[in-house]
Amino acid sequence: MRFLKFILLGLATSTLFVAAASAQTSSAAPDAMVRDLSNEVLNAIKADKALKSGDAGRAQKLVDEKVLPYTDFQKMTQLSVGPGWRNATPEQRAALTREFRTLLVRTYSGALSQVSDHKVELRPFRAQPTDTDVIVRTQVVASRGDPIQLDYRLEKTDGGWKIYDINILGVWLVENYKSQFSSQVNSGGIDGLIKTLTERNSQLAKKA
Amino acid sequence: MNLMLTSLLSRAMVPCLLAAVAVVSGCATIPADAGNDARDPIESFNRQVFEFNDVVDRAVLKPVAQAYRFVLPEPVRDCLGNAFSNLREPSNAINNFLQGKAIDAISDTCRFVVNSTVGLLGCFDPARQMGLEKHNEDFGQTLGRWGAGPGPYLVLPILGPSSVRDAVGTLVVESYLDPNFYINDIPVRNWILGTRVVDQRAQLLQADDLISGAALDKYRFIRDGYLQRRRSLVYDGNPPPAADELDSKATAGSPPAADPSVKKELVPPQSGTPTK
Repeated sequence: MRFLKFILLGLATSTLFVAAASAQTSSAAPDAMVRDLSNEVLNAIKADKALKSGDAGRAQKLVDEKVLPYTDFQKMTQLSVGPGWRNATPEQRAALTREFRTLLVRTYSGALSQVSDHKVELRPFRAQPTDTDVIVRTQVVASRGDPIQLDYRLEKTDGGWKIYDINILGVWLVENYKSQFSSQVNSGGIDGLIKTLTERNSQLAKKA
Repeated sequence: MNLMLTSLLSRAMVPCLLAAVAVVSGCATIPADAGNDARDPIESFNRQVFEFNDVVDRAVLKPVAQAYRFVLPEPVRDCLGNAFSNLREPSNAINNFLQGKAIDAISDTCRFVVNSTVGLLGCFDPARQMGLEKHNEDFGQTLGRWGAGPGPYLVLPILGPSSVRDAVGTLVVESYLDPNFYINDIPVRNWILGTRVVDQRAQLLQADDLISGAALDKYRFIRDGYLQRRRSLVYDGNPPPAADELDSKATAGSPPAADPSVKKELVPPQSGTPTK
């Protein structure tokens, strides 16, 4: 169970990836983009008491306004759903992406209270200028506790680099949902998965 | 926390535990595709143990951990947590040495010496200020480094997520590397072990809600997280990229079910590419 402790710390800081404030130029190098994004998100969390206390609505707003330009939630959802995505209609795909995003923002915003004096450091970045799919490695350090490994997978698109997967302490988010999603799709189809996600989100909304 | 509990579980308790697992596990829900994943062939059994552990946690461990957190102020808990973590340093050093990372092994040894003395039995972590980073190693990771795969995923009674490889590493070898097990006064030894377990659980209290919220299937969420995390640890955070292909092969075993609600003509021709 020791690893769960790390996961919690990781989740707290992973919200970095779902928020950012500045006007990045789309041609910025992926590692610089991740660094700037992380720093601004950390600052935003530290400055906003409501956000820090886990206000999901506030977190959602931050994501919608700032993070969306740098994240490809649809690709994240597509990879998590796996082979079942092929059979999904555009409406189903949109619903899946929306509900999955809501679930992630809702659950992760609860971890924001863990953020204290955290700082982001880039780890060595190896990529060729011609690469269109890269991994940017970072670690989050604080005065208390062990450093938290936090990596991002990005793809170069026409709209600049977009994050489509995140790794918290060695655990890729997409990989961690694959088996759960495919099980849902196998038993209840794409609509079954949408229903499960929607129900979970409304449960979480009631709790908050 | 696995290894600490092992000594609390005397041999005589094992049959009792198995019997208790059998009783409680009747409530475990087993999905239709259980066991299809190559990494987890005994999923049905594991789920029963998982359910049992959950019952024990809710009845005993969690309430005790909540009381511990409520009673002790944060600085005291920090101090205890650090001290318990310090007891792991000999194991970190030996395992780093066994993995051929001599410099890390020396660093861990220095950490243990500095923190046990200047750091007041590990209550503080002055070694970190000196630039000596902590490494978390164990014999399961060493076996992995030597080339052993994790083997089937395994949920141990009380001890939680593991694998055949990690269970061997933890249950068989790690107890010899922990100073706690060399305390001759049995009541003292067990009190320290018990407190370590409670301390670990207390640090996880806030994760409970988060995992219940984020996981569609708590069992698989924790299983897949454990397996990924362990693989990453074996490679010290830089696993070779082959991981993805291997893992996707493992999950690709179950074919996608035909969805009756989807009409054929609606299926986009460019399968696999996201619609923008």
